[in-house]
Amino acid sequence: MQLQSMAAEKLSPAAPPADAAIAIDDVTLRFVTPDGHMMTAIRDFTMTVARGEFACVVGPTGCGKSTTLNLVTGLLRPTTGNVRVMGNPVTDISRDIGFVFQADALFPWRSVIDNVAAGPLYRGTPKAEALERARDWIARVGLARFEKHYPHQLSGGMRKRVALAQTFINQPKILLMDEPFSALDMQTRTAMQDELLGLWSEQKSSVVFVTHDLEEAVALADKVYVLTAGPGTVKSVYRIDLPRPRVMADIRYDPKFIEIAKVIWNDLREEVQLGQSRGLQTGH
Amino acid sequence: MTAISSTDRATAREASIAVAEARARARLRRRYALVIGLRLAILIVFLGLWELGADYNFIDPFFFSSPSGIWQQIWSWVTEGTSQGPLWLQMYVTLEETFLGFVIGALGGIAAGIILGRNRLLADVFSIYIKIANSVPRVVLGSVFIIALGLGMASKVALAVVMVFFVVFANAFQGVREADRAMIANARILGASPWQITTTVIIPSAMSWILASLHVSFGFALVGAVVGEFLGAKQGMGLLISTAQGAFNANGVFAAMIILAVMALVVEFIITRFENYVVKWRPAPFNEQGA
Ligand SMILES: Nc1ncnc2c1ncn2[C@@H]1O[C@H](COP(=O)(O)OP(=O)(O)OP(=O)(O)O)[C@@H](O)[C@H]1O
Ligand SMILES: [Mg+2]
Repeated sequence: MQLQSMAAEKLSPAAPPADAAIAIDDVTLRFVTPDGHMMTAIRDFTMTVARGEFACVVGPTGCGKSTTLNLVTGLLRPTTGNVRVMGNPVTDISRDIGFVFQADALFPWRSVIDNVAAGPLYRGTPKAEALERARDWIARVGLARFEKHYPHQLSGGMRKRVALAQTFINQPKILLMDEPFSALDMQTRTAMQDELLGLWSEQKSSVVFVTHDLEEAVALADKVYVLTAGPGTVKSVYRIDLPRPRVMADIRYDPKFIEIAKVIWNDLREEVQLGQSRGLQTGH
Repeated sequence: MTAISSTDRATAREASIAVAEARARARLRRRYALVIGLRLAILIVFLGLWELGADYNFIDPFFFSSPSGIWQQIWSWVTEGTSQGPLWLQMYVTLEETFLGFVIGALGGIAAGIILGRNRLLADVFSIYIKIANSVPRVVLGSVFIIALGLGMASKVALAVVMVFFVVFANAFQGVREADRAMIANARILGASPWQITTTVIIPSAMSWILASLHVSFGFALVGAVVGEFLGAKQGMGLLISTAQGAFNANGVFAAMIILAVMALVVEFIITRFENYVVKWRPAPFNEQGA
C-alpha cells in the first residue's frame, strides 16, 4: 500500500533512546485481584514519546490504557521492566507531569478560580500570584465570567475546560490525557481539540492522549499506538504525517485522513472484536 | 410593520408570563400559610384536649400533668428559682457539660476517623477494639464515671464525650474512605503533599458526613449530660428532673423536659446554619431549587 508509506508509516518497535520524554521499556504489570489471583493488565509493553511529540493510544476497553498512563505518573509501579521520564527512572510523582483524568476530578468545594489555582498553591506559589495566573488561564479557556462559580454550576464542557486550565497552569513538560473529551458533544469536542493543539504547540510539551475514538487519535497525533485486547501490549505503531497546523472541523474530510483512519481501523478492529467476544465469555 | 407587531407580541408574552408568575407566587404563599395554620391548629387541639382531659379527670394530672400545670411550674422556676437555685444556672450547667462533651467528643472522633481512614494498617488493627467499645451500652459507663470522677462536671462531660465520639468517628471514617480516588490522584499530581491532601481533599470531602453526624450527636451529648446528672450531681437539668421525680412532681418532670427540648432545638438550628455556611458549594436539592 503506497499510502501507508506516505502518510501512515508503520514503525517497528525499538528500544527507546535515552533522551526520550517518556520511555516505557518492556514493562509488565500485574495486579493482585481481591480473591488473591494475579491479573496481567499489560505485558511486554514498549513505548517511546520524543520531546514535543503528540502520541495517541487506542485500544479496546480494558486493555490497559489508563494503566499505562498511571505507570508514567508513578501512581503505579511496573512489576518488571522500567519506566523513564525525561531520562530519569520514575521514583516519585514528578513535577513535570500534568494529568487530565478520565473521570471528573475537580474539587467540588472550590470555585473555578480556586480549582485552577490549586496546582501553584500546592507547589508553594504565593496566593496573589497563583490567583493572578489562574485568572489568566481561566480567560484563555474562555471562562472569565465563571471564576466564582462552583463546578456543579457549570456544564460538562465547561468543567472539562476548567480541568484543562488546572493542568496547564503547572506548565507540565509531559501531558497525559485519559479520554478527556469522550463525554462531550461533537461541537464542544472539536473546539476543545483545537484549543488543545494550540496549547500544545505553544508549550512544546510531550503528550500521551488516550482515546476510544480512532478518528480523534489520527486527527491529533504524530504517532498512534494500537494496543491488543487485554492483557495489553503494543500491536502496531503508526506515524501520522498529516501537515500541521491542523483544523479539527476540516481534517475529517481530508481524503488522506480517511485513508489513514481506514488502514489503522483494519488493524484495530480485530482487537476490538476479540475484546468483545472475550468480555462475553467471561461475563464482564 | 412586521417589526412593530412582533414587539407587540413580545410585550404581550412578557405580560402573560408576569401574570403567571404572580399567580404561582400567590399559590406558594397560600400553601405556606396553610401549612403553618394546620401546624398551629394541631398544637392547640392537642394542648386543649390535654388540658380538658386533666380538668375532667380523664387524664390523671398527678401522673400526666397538664399544660397549665407545666406552665405554672416553668413560671415559678423562672420567677422564684428552683430548689437548687435559679433556673438559668441549671440550664447553663447542663449546656456547659453538653458543649464540652460535644466539642471534645466531636474533635476526637474526627481526628480518629481521619487517622484511621488514611491508614489501612491502623484501621485493620483497631477496628476490632472499636467494635467492642462501641457495643458496650454507653449509658452504663455513667456509673463508672461518677465513681471515678465524682459528682462534679467531669463525669458528665466524660459521659457526653463517649456518647458523641463513636458516632462522629464512624461517620468521619466512612467519609474519608469514600473520598474520591481520582480527586486524590489529581491533587497528588498537581503537587499536593500528604498533609495538603488531608487538609484540602480528605477533610472537605468527608465534611458532609461529619456534619450529618454532628446533628445527631449534639442530641447524644445532651443525653449524656442529663443522664450523668440523673445518676448523681449537685446542679443541672438532670438533677431537676430526678428531684421532681423523687417528689412525684409530674409538672416538674414535664417542665424540665420541655426546657431541654427547646435548648436542643435552638442548638440544632445553629448547627444547621453553620452547615449551610460550610457546604455552600453543594448543589441545592431539586425541591429547593424549584421553590
Ligand atoms: N487496581 C486494580 N486492581 C486490579 N485490576 C485492575 C486495577 N486497575 C485496573 N485493573 C484491570 O486492568 C485492566 C486494564 O485496566 P485499564 O483501566 O488500564 O483499562 P483501559 O484500557 O483504560 O479501559 P477503558 O478504555 O475502559 O478506560 C482491566 O482489565 C482492569 O480490570
Ligand atoms: Mg481507562
